[in-house]
Amino acid sequence: MSKVEAIRSFAELEDLHGVLVERRQGERPRISVCTGTGCVACGATKVVETFKKILDEKGLSDSVELKSTGCHGFCEMGPLVTLGPSGYFYPSVRPGDVQKIIERTVLEGEIVEELLYKDPQTGEKVEHEAEVPFYKHQQRIILAENGHLDPNDLEDFIAIGGYKALAHTLGSMSPDEVVDSVTRSGLAGRGGAGFLTGRKWDIARRQPGEPKYIVCNADEGDPGAYMDRSILEGNPHRVIEGMGIGAYAIGARQGFIYVRHEYPLAVERITKAIDDARSACLLGEEILGTGFSFDLKVVRGAGAFVCGEETALIASLEGHKGEPRQRPPFPAESGFQGKPTIINNVETWANVPHIINNGPDWYAAYGSKDSKGTKIFSLVGKVNNTGLVEVPMGTSIRSIVFDIGGGIPKGKAFKAVQTGGPAGGCLPAELLDLPIDFEALQEAGTIMGSGGLIVMDEDTCMVDVARYFTKFLEEESCGKCYSCRKGTQRMRELLDDICEGRGTMAHLDLLEELGQAVNTASMCGLGQNAATPMLSTLRYFRNEYIEHIKDHNCSAGVCTALIRYKILEDLCDGCAACAKVCPVEAITGEKDQLHVIDIEACVKCGTCLEVCAKDAVVVISGGGE
Amino acid sequence: MEQPVCGEFTFLTGKGMSAMVSSNASSASVVEESTVPGTDLGAVDNILEQHQHDSTELIAILLDVQDVLGYLSPLALTHISEHLSAPLTEIYGIATFFKQFRLDPPGRHQFTVCTGTACHVRGAVHVVDEFERRLGICAGETTPDLEYGLETVNCIGACALGPVVIIDGDYVGQMSAMKVPRLLRRLERDREEAAE
Repeated sequence: MSKVEAIRSFAELEDLHGVLVERRQGERPRISVCTGTGCVACGATKVVETFKKILDEKGLSDSVELKSTGCHGFCEMGPLVTLGPSGYFYPSVRPGDVQKIIERTVLEGEIVEELLYKDPQTGEKVEHEAEVPFYKHQQRIILAENGHLDPNDLEDFIAIGGYKALAHTLGSMSPDEVVDSVTRSGLAGRGGAGFLTGRKWDIARRQPGEPKYIVCNADEGDPGAYMDRSILEGNPHRVIEGMGIGAYAIGARQGFIYVRHEYPLAVERITKAIDDARSACLLGEEILGTGFSFDLKVVRGAGAFVCGEETALIASLEGHKGEPRQRPPFPAESGFQGKPTIINNVETWANVPHIINNGPDWYAAYGSKDSKGTKIFSLVGKVNNTGLVEVPMGTSIRSIVFDIGGGIPKGKAFKAVQTGGPAGGCLPAELLDLPIDFEALQEAGTIMGSGGLIVMDEDTCMVDVARYFTKFLEEESCGKCYSCRKGTQRMRELLDDICEGRGTMAHLDLLEELGQAVNTASMCGLGQNAATPMLSTLRYFRNEYIEHIKDHNCSAGVCTALIRYKILEDLCDGCAACAKVCPVEAITGEKDQLHVIDIEACVKCGTCLEVCAKDAVVVISGGGE
Repeated sequence: MEQPVCGEFTFLTGKGMSAMVSSNASSASVVEESTVPGTDLGAVDNILEQHQHDSTELIAILLDVQDVLGYLSPLALTHISEHLSAPLTEIYGIATFFKQFRLDPPGRHQFTVCTGTACHVRGAVHVVDEFERRLGICAGETTPDLEYGLETVNCIGACALGPVVIIDGDYVGQMSAMKVPRLLRRLERDREEAAE
């Protein structure tokens, strides 16, 4: 990795691209290890260190390229290792496997059979990443680059054609043509609102105020969604390039990347990428030797869900509490310090260079009638293949959960999928064939949000889920609107009642009425969807609410006030394992005799159930025995 | 082991505010000792300098101060208020608005339990409960000897491994209530060995 010197013209960029491509031909053997947060959490750092150590010992450090790349998306199977040029793919690599990989695959070109991915459905071994079912059914435009790039290496990015779109924009397009291209592509905000990006740019472009600002919203606050972080960590230059194009289109000279402090690796990588781009003359004064100047600054968010909302984000950028304000005027008219400001999310910015490179028609060919392009979803929860999934808009939920996600673990039944983050809604099994796009989701009573898809199985209680999200929103409400501040609290209290056995049928009417009021009367996107988790579960899973109220039955066995644990006489062999681990010493019994749980003392933590090898511990709810 | 009673709006009654009121009255008389967490005002001055005493950089200043001191001590907040000529109420407002800020010192070992949706549906709440029981503190608090701190976080994006706990920066995946005591015992053992 060497530092890229200042590039002062389009021709110089092209030359450098040519040199880098040539240098990469007749490639050395390459080992790429995914070092996204998911893989790091699985031990990728140790794997990289071990590769380095063994390559050093064998004197191979110069002849073999070892690369730490961004997130490949298949987080369930981390750490992921791909080998070049063969393209062999090994998931779940442990430091102990490294020697084998170097000796057999890197040096001999053989496959290490036992390390290959095994398709759980067919039992067949898969040699290449692209053939793994998880990847096979995806359409990866943005994410595909992550696996090829060292995010800290600008040369890597230029070698795959990086900053070509920016050069093309500055060299041969007028700002109006850029806005027109983006509008015609049909690209809509990937942060969830789904507003046409080109139209938003057009408003800001026409505004008289100067200076103008652009912002990249990387304050990814939805629990269970991490695609923006993966882009920022894995391919930071793509975002910078997109922002450069946007700045040229609307006439901004200054931009901000607003990123969560909870994402330290993303902060580090984007900061380095900005420095590198600046010294290569791809950012800063007179970019690529043209008269166009534009610079970027990283601003860290301090953890407030509401700051995903544009006006709250701007308040926080200005150093205030992140409280939203009434719109209009929209930020495109009056934003940061009262000036026209365009805010787009990370994924939106990352799409822009691809649209310029390939044309708006190419982009619009992906997706459904009204929602264009691809969308990245983070598929998590009770699903076999957890990870990041990029598919064309309009792909069905079934295809994502079952073809890509590999279905539900342990043979359990699918119950629901939650979309749109905490202010989104839950969709039941009957809607599995629903195509995911902005319109279809809205009709079904939920939202796209930033693209979290949380899969729930028969062991998930929908009332508990509604309470979880409502509590989340109660805590994250900024408190400005009474309807949201007090409404979320009252809704959560009513849901507490139902979960704890104090609910009545009148609670349901009250919840519905209150929910409508909260969603109608609140000012920002958080408040306007604060009742959606509750309303959508009430719409599709009303029976579960009624069971809680009438029978005090939580059939999923989640609501602790309505369940109790019991040890089955005919299965218990008296091994005492449960008594040993019970944190409140609520289990008694003689050795080799039936053990009994003291219901009064039991805190229902589930430890006994987890430890029992005989499956003798069961959860009982309602009147069941 | 008793489950501590954990209130929901602890920051309104938390130690942070009362400590701040008392320190406000006597900040001059506080003895500066480098062993007491949160008293290194030299570090705070450096950070203020880096941000050119610009009050629009307040959030960044507070984040940096917390990174160095471990938390936003009453002493540090009053110091920042004086040097930026910004009212303490405004600074306290920001420090309590954003989740990232801590008004009590963290533990020498900090447990961060992810309670994001993916972790929640896989039982993160039992993990939090068990930590609270074993440590005798609520999430957001630190044990009186400042050895262990417990906090929850909305999502760290390691959803494939849920429930996840971060222990002193290391990710531990597939956590359950049952694994908590073993984890604590290991830390206790390390601590005893270090003491010997």
